[in-house]
Amino acid sequence: MNTGRKFTLALAAAAAFGLVAGSAVAEKAYGPGVTDTNIKLGNTNPYSGPAAAYGTIGKSISAYFDKVNKEGGVNGRMIEFISLDDGYSPPKTKEQTRKLVEQDDVLLIFQGLGTPTNSAVHNYMNKKKVPQLFVATGATKWGDPENFPWTMGWQPSYQTEGRLFGAYIMENVKDPKIGILYQNDDYGKDYVKGLKDKLGDKASEWIVAEESYEVTDPTISSQIIKLKNSGANVFYNVSIPKFAAQAIKKVRELEWDPVFLNNSVSNSVGSVYKPAGLDKSKGIISLQYYQDPTSPDTQKTEAYAKWKAWMGEYYPEGDLLNTFNVYGYLVAQTMVQVLEQAGDNLTRENIMKEAANLNMEIDMFLPGVSIETSATDFYPIEKMMPVQFNGERLVSIGKVVSAN
Amino acid sequence: MTTEVETNTDSRLTVGSKINIKWVGAFIILGALLPFFVEGYTSFQATLVMIYAIAILGLNLLTGFNGQFSLGHSAFYAIGAYTAAVLVYHLDWPVYVTIPIGGVVCFVAGFLFGLPALRLEGLYLALATFALAVAVPQILKSSHLEELTGGVQGLDVFRPDVPAVLPIDMDQWWYLITFGIMLLMFWVAWNLINSRSGRAMMAIRDNPIAAASMGINTSLYKSLTFGVSAFYTGIAGALSAIVIEFVAPDSFTFQLSILLFIGLVVGGTGSIWGAIFGGLFILMVPNIAEEVSTGLSYAVFGVILILVIYVMPSGIAGFVNILRVRLRKIF
Repeated sequence: MNTGRKFTLALAAAAAFGLVAGSAVAEKAYGPGVTDTNIKLGNTNPYSGPAAAYGTIGKSISAYFDKVNKEGGVNGRMIEFISLDDGYSPPKTKEQTRKLVEQDDVLLIFQGLGTPTNSAVHNYMNKKKVPQLFVATGATKWGDPENFPWTMGWQPSYQTEGRLFGAYIMENVKDPKIGILYQNDDYGKDYVKGLKDKLGDKASEWIVAEESYEVTDPTISSQIIKLKNSGANVFYNVSIPKFAAQAIKKVRELEWDPVFLNNSVSNSVGSVYKPAGLDKSKGIISLQYYQDPTSPDTQKTEAYAKWKAWMGEYYPEGDLLNTFNVYGYLVAQTMVQVLEQAGDNLTRENIMKEAANLNMEIDMFLPGVSIETSATDFYPIEKMMPVQFNGERLVSIGKVVSAN
Repeated sequence: MTTEVETNTDSRLTVGSKINIKWVGAFIILGALLPFFVEGYTSFQATLVMIYAIAILGLNLLTGFNGQFSLGHSAFYAIGAYTAAVLVYHLDWPVYVTIPIGGVVCFVAGFLFGLPALRLEGLYLALATFALAVAVPQILKSSHLEELTGGVQGLDVFRPDVPAVLPIDMDQWWYLITFGIMLLMFWVAWNLINSRSGRAMMAIRDNPIAAASMGINTSLYKSLTFGVSAFYTGIAGALSAIVIEFVAPDSFTFQLSILLFIGLVVGGTGSIWGAIFGGLFILMVPNIAEEVSTGLSYAVFGVILILVIYVMPSGIAGFVNILRVRLRKIF
C-alpha cells in the first residue's frame, strides 16, 4: 500500500510537472518564420519600373526595423524584413509573394504596395490564411473582415475620407447646401458614397447638386456653372489634379464663394494650388492624417526632431522632404506594435487577432489622429485633421474629424 | 577523304530535318515528372517559364523565321489574357475553353494588324508595333471599357478545382496542362517551319523580292505569319491570366514586349526550342539580379544580358549547337 501511495504521489507530481511544462509550451506558439530569436516578415515593393518613386517606402520601413533591431528587437526577437521588387507588375507580385510565403516561409506579408498588385494576391493570401497586413493602397476593398479575414488596409480609404468630409460639414457648416463634382469611376463614386453614408437621412436634403465628369473631358467649366446655379454653399471637389486646378480657377472666376472642400488626391501645392494660382487657392479645406515634413510648423516639433534623427542614423540617403519617408516610419511602427502585443504567441491567427485589436497614437500623426481596429473594423485610420491652404502652405484648423 | 566544310545553307532547306526522338522523348518524360519532385512554388515558376516560352516562340515565328520586327507582342499577350478573363469573369465560361478562344481572338487581331503593317518595313514596323504596345494598357484602363475590363483594378479569374479523380494539386495540374499545350504548340511550329509555308516564310525573310518572283504571295504570307504569331502569344496570355488568377493593365506594359524580345534574342532567333531557354532567362535572371543587388537590379540584369549576348551571339540554342559540333569533332 505504501508503495502504491508513493506511486500515486509520483504520478501526481509527474502530472503536475507535465501540466507546467505543457502550459509553458502553450505560451510560446510560433507560426512559420518565427523562432526564439527571429521573426521573418515579407514585403513586395516597386524598386524598379513605373512606380519606383514608392520604393522609398520599402526602404524607410526597412530602416525603421533596423532601429528596432539595434535596440533589442521585439520581445527579444530580431525582425528579418525580406522586401522583394515586383516592379508594380501584378504577375511579378504573385510570383514574389508565393516565393516569400512558400520558400522563405515568412510569418506574414506586410505593406505590399499598389492596388492592382495587392489584388493579384488577395485571394491567394486568404486561401492560404497568411496575413496580408496594412496594404499600401487607398482602395476600399481591403477592410472586409467577413469575406477576407486575412487582409487589412492602413491608410484612410476614399470612402473613409468621404465620410470624414461628411463629418466636417455636419460639425462646421450651418444649413449646408452641398454641390458635388466627381470623377465618374470607382474613385469618384467611393468619395461620394462615403459622404452620403455619413450624412445619412440628411443626404437627400443637403446635397443640392451632383455633377460628374469623364477623365477624358477637356474641361469641367459647365459643371461648375451648374453647381453654382444650384445655390450650393459647400463645394465638394472630388477630382484629380488637372481638373481640381480648373475647378479652382472657374469657381473664383464666377465669384462663387462656397466652403471649398478638396479631396486629398489633389491636395498638392505644387501640382494643383500653384497652377491654379496661390491667391485663388486660399481658403481651400482638405484633410490630412500625418505631419507634412516640409512645413515649418512641423519642423519645430519634437516628433519631427525624433523622426529626423532616425532618418539621419538609419536612412541617411533618404529625402527629408519626401512624405513617403514619414509614411514608412508610421506604418512600420504599427507593425511593431502588433508584434509586441502578440508577445510569444506568434501564430498567424493571433497576429490577425492583435492587428484587429489596436488602439495607438504615433508621434508624427497630426494631434488626435489614431489607429483603432476591432474584429469588425479593418480600417485602421478613420480620423483626419482638417487643414486650410493659407496661400503658402496647409495649416490645421480646429480638431480632427472622425468617420464613426 | 572527307573534309569538314561548314556551309551557310540551312540544312533543313535541302534535306529537311527530323525530330530527334531520343532527346525529345527524354525531355517529355523529365518535363512530365518534374512537378512531382519539386514544391508548388517551383512548379508555378516552371509553368510561367513555359508560358513565356510559348509567347517567345510566337514572336520567333514572326521575327526569327519571317524577318518582321515586333515590339508590340505585349499587346497580343494582353488581348489573350483579357479574352480569357472577361469570358470567365462575366460569362462564367469554363477556363479550359477560353485558352483556344484567346488564341483565335489574337489571330484575328494579329492578321488585321498585319495588313496595314505590310507597308512598313524593319524599323518602321517596330515603331508601329511599339505604338500598339503602349496603347493597349491605356485602352484597357479607359472608362468606356471599364465595365468590361475592370479598369485599373483589373479582374479576378477563378480557377475550378482539380478534377476529383486526379490525386494532384492545383500547381501540378496547371503545370501539366501548360506542358501539354506547350508541346502541342512546339510540334505545330516545327511542322509549320518544315513545310512549304515555312520555307516561304523564310524566303521572304531572306530576300522578299526573290521570294515574290518565285511566286510566293508575300503580303498574304506576311499577314498570316503575323496572325499565327499573335495566336501563339494569345494562347500564352490566356494561360497566364488563368495561372496568375488575375489580370490588370499594369501586367502588360511595354516592358513585357521588351522582355519577350530579350527572351527571343537570348534563346536564339530562328530556333524553335531556344524559346524555352528564353523563357527561363526572362523569369530567372531578374530574380538573380535582384539577389545580387536590390537597388541596382537593372544594372546587374544589363551586365548579364550583355555577357550572354557577347558569349553566345546566336543565342543559347545556337551556343548549344556549336558545343555539340565541337564535341563531335573531338570524339
